[in-house]
Amino acid sequence: MRISLNDPVFRAIFWQVVVVGTIGFVVWYLIANTLHNLEVRKIATGWTFLDREAGFAIGESLIEYEPDHSYGRALWVGALNTLRVAAIGIVLATILGTFIGIGRLSKNWLISKVCSVYVEFMRNLPLLVQLFFWWAMFQDVFPGPRQALEPITGVFFSNRGIKIPVPAEHWVHAWMGLAFLAGIAASMVVGRWAAARQAATGEQFPVLYATLGLVLGLPFVVWLIGGAPVAMDWPVLRGFNFQGGLTMTPEFAALLVGLVTYTAGFIAEIVRAGILAVPHGQTEAASALGIRRGKMLQLVILPQALRVIVPPMTSQYLNLTKNSSLAVAIGYPDLVSIANTTINQTGQAIEGIAIIMAAYLTVSLSISLFMNWYNKRIAFKER
Amino acid sequence: MKLLASVVTAAAIAVTAAVPAQAQQGSGSPTVDAIRARGHVQCGANGQVAGFGMPNARGEWTGLDVDFCRALAAAVFGDATKVRFTTLTAQQRFTALQSGEVDVLARNTTWTLSRDTSLGLEFGAINFYDGQGFIVKRSANIKSAKELNGATICVQPGTTTELNLADYFRANRIRFTPVVIERLEENIAAYLAGRCDAYTTDVSGLASIRAANTPNPADHVILPEVISKEPLGPAVRHGDQRWADIVKWTHFAMLEAEELGVTSANVDTHANSTNPNIQRLLGTTGGLGAMMGIDNRWAYNIIKQVGNYGEIFEKNVTPLGIERGVNRLWTQGGLMYNPPIR
Repeated sequence: MRISLNDPVFRAIFWQVVVVGTIGFVVWYLIANTLHNLEVRKIATGWTFLDREAGFAIGESLIEYEPDHSYGRALWVGALNTLRVAAIGIVLATILGTFIGIGRLSKNWLISKVCSVYVEFMRNLPLLVQLFFWWAMFQDVFPGPRQALEPITGVFFSNRGIKIPVPAEHWVHAWMGLAFLAGIAASMVVGRWAAARQAATGEQFPVLYATLGLVLGLPFVVWLIGGAPVAMDWPVLRGFNFQGGLTMTPEFAALLVGLVTYTAGFIAEIVRAGILAVPHGQTEAASALGIRRGKMLQLVILPQALRVIVPPMTSQYLNLTKNSSLAVAIGYPDLVSIANTTINQTGQAIEGIAIIMAAYLTVSLSISLFMNWYNKRIAFKER
Repeated sequence: MKLLASVVTAAAIAVTAAVPAQAQQGSGSPTVDAIRARGHVQCGANGQVAGFGMPNARGEWTGLDVDFCRALAAAVFGDATKVRFTTLTAQQRFTALQSGEVDVLARNTTWTLSRDTSLGLEFGAINFYDGQGFIVKRSANIKSAKELNGATICVQPGTTTELNLADYFRANRIRFTPVVIERLEENIAAYLAGRCDAYTTDVSGLASIRAANTPNPADHVILPEVISKEPLGPAVRHGDQRWADIVKWTHFAMLEAEELGVTSANVDTHANSTNPNIQRLLGTTGGLGAMMGIDNRWAYNIIKQVGNYGEIFEKNVTPLGIERGVNRLWTQGGLMYNPPIR
C-alpha cells in the first residue's frame, strides 16, 4: 500500500483517524477544562448530593414524597411527572389528531373547513403561548374552591383544578387489576385462535365481543366476588381546598391540553397524508371484490396508510415528550423544573444538566425503539 | 428559557479558558483588571423587585441593590454611571456569577453557609436584613401563618424561600401544597387569580409586590410571622479576595458616611473637615483606597454620586412602605454596623 492521499484505502483510513482524533480531542479538552475550571472556582462536584435531603416540597407526585426525602427521590418524582404527562398526551394526541386528519378529508364542507382551521391555528402559534393561554383559562375562568362549579354531583371545577370522586380504597381493586391483565392475555389467545380458525375453515368468530367480555367482564366478576364494594371517596371542601377524591391540577391540565391540541395539529396532517398516499385504485379494486366500506378501510386502506404514517408519527411523539419540559413556565413539577431547583440549591449545574439529558435521551430512545419495532411489524412484506 | 440559560452557563464553564489564579500585574485582581479593560462593572440584578432592582417607567434602573452596583462603579472608576445590569432569575444567578457573566451579584441574595462554600461564592456585606413572610388576601380573613394548614402557596424555585417554606410547615406539623412557578409575574398572577391562597418571599419583596403589583394594596395583608433570617447582600466569586474587599468596603463606606452624617448633598462641605474619621473616609488622609488598588477618593465618589446608605434606603425602599427597622444603624438600635475605616 502506498502512503499517499491518492490511494483510496489509505485516504479512507486517514480521514477517519483525523475525524475520530479531532472529536476525541475536543471531548477530552471540554471535560478536562470543565474539571479544571470547577476546581479553580471551588464549585463542588460529584454525585453525593443525590443522597442529601432535598428540603423543598413538590406540589404533585405519583410516589410518596416529603421534603425530608433525598434529591434523588425528588428527581424521580419529576421524571415520573414528565412520563405521566407524556404518556397520556401521546395517547390523546393520537386520537384527536386522527379524528381531525380524517375530518379534513370529509366530504362535509363544514367539518373539513373546521378541521383545516384547527390545524392551521394550532400549528402556527408557539406552544409556550398556548400553554400560558390554557393556564390563564383555568385560573381566570374557573371560580375559587368555595364557589366551585359542580356540573355533576361530586365533580368540581375550580381554579384549584378538577376534582372527581374515586372508589374508596379496597383490597379487591388490586385483584381487579390482575383480572384486567388476565383478560387482555386471554383475548390475545382468543384472537390468535379465531384467526387460525378463519384461515382454516373460513368461519368468523365475534372477536370484538369476546375481547370486551374478557377485558371488562373478568374484573367485574372479581369485583362481585369481592363483595361489590360501592363506597366512594368524595371530594369535600375543607379549609382552603378540597380534600379526598382525585385531583387534576390546573398546571397538569393546562400542560396536557396544550400539548395534546398542539401536537394533534401535526398528527392530523400526517394522518391525512397517509390516507391520501394510498392510491385510489386500491379503493376501486376493493370495491370490485365486493368488500364493504368499513372492512375496506380496515383491511385495505389503513394497513397501507399506516406505513406512511408511523415514521413521522415517531417524531411527533418525541416532540411531545420533549415539549413537556415547557412545564416549568406554568409551574408543573416536571423533571426539568425539579432538576433546576436541585441545580440551584446544590450549585451542581453540570451534574443536573447531565441528569436531564440522560433522562430525555432514555425516554426518547425508548419511544424510538418501540416505534421502529412497530414500523417493522406493519411494514410491507414481500411474499 | 432558564433551561437554555443553564445549558449556556454550563457550556460557558466548559469552554472558557481557565482564569489565571494569580494575576501578574495591575490591580492584583483578575476581576478588577477585567472590569477596567471592559470599562464598566457588570452587575447581576433582579429586574422585577421594585425598590431593590427594577427599571422604572423611563427605563432607568432603580433600587437599593442597583445603587450598590453604582457605588461599586464609583469606587473603581470614579464614575457611578459605568455600570451595566444583567437581569437574572433566581435560578440563573449563581451560574451567571460562577461563569464570569457578571462581576457581582446584587440581587437580594441570602447569605447561607452552603452558598458561601459549595457554590464557590464569597459574601461579606449585608445590605438588607430581611426575613420571609406570607401575603394573603384580606378577604381570606387569616390572621396568622399557622392558620395556613392545607393552603396552596405560590413560590419561586431555586430560592431559600422554597426551603424555608417546607421547613416552617414541617416544624409546625401543618400541610401545604406548593405551586412552583419560575417567573415572578406568573407567580403574582397566580396569587391574584386565586390559584394560590398565599404567596411567600422575603417581607421586603412582599411589600414591593403589594405596593407595585396589586390593583388595590389594601386588599392584601402581610402576615405578622417572619419565618426566617434572610441577610441579603452582594456576592462575588470565591478566590478573588481583592475584588471581594472592594465590594465589602464599598458597603461599609456607605454605612460609615451615614454614621458620620456625610451625605451626597453635604460631602463637599466636609472637604476641609477636621474630623479624622471623615478625613480618612474622604481620602484626604490615610491612603486607604491605594490599599485596595483603587483611587483614594473612592468613598468620596461613592457618597457624592450615589449617596450614603440612609439616602439610598430612603430613596428606594421607604416609598414601598417598608420601615427602616433592623436596617437602622447600630447607633440607632439597628443591625447596620461597619468595621472601622482606617
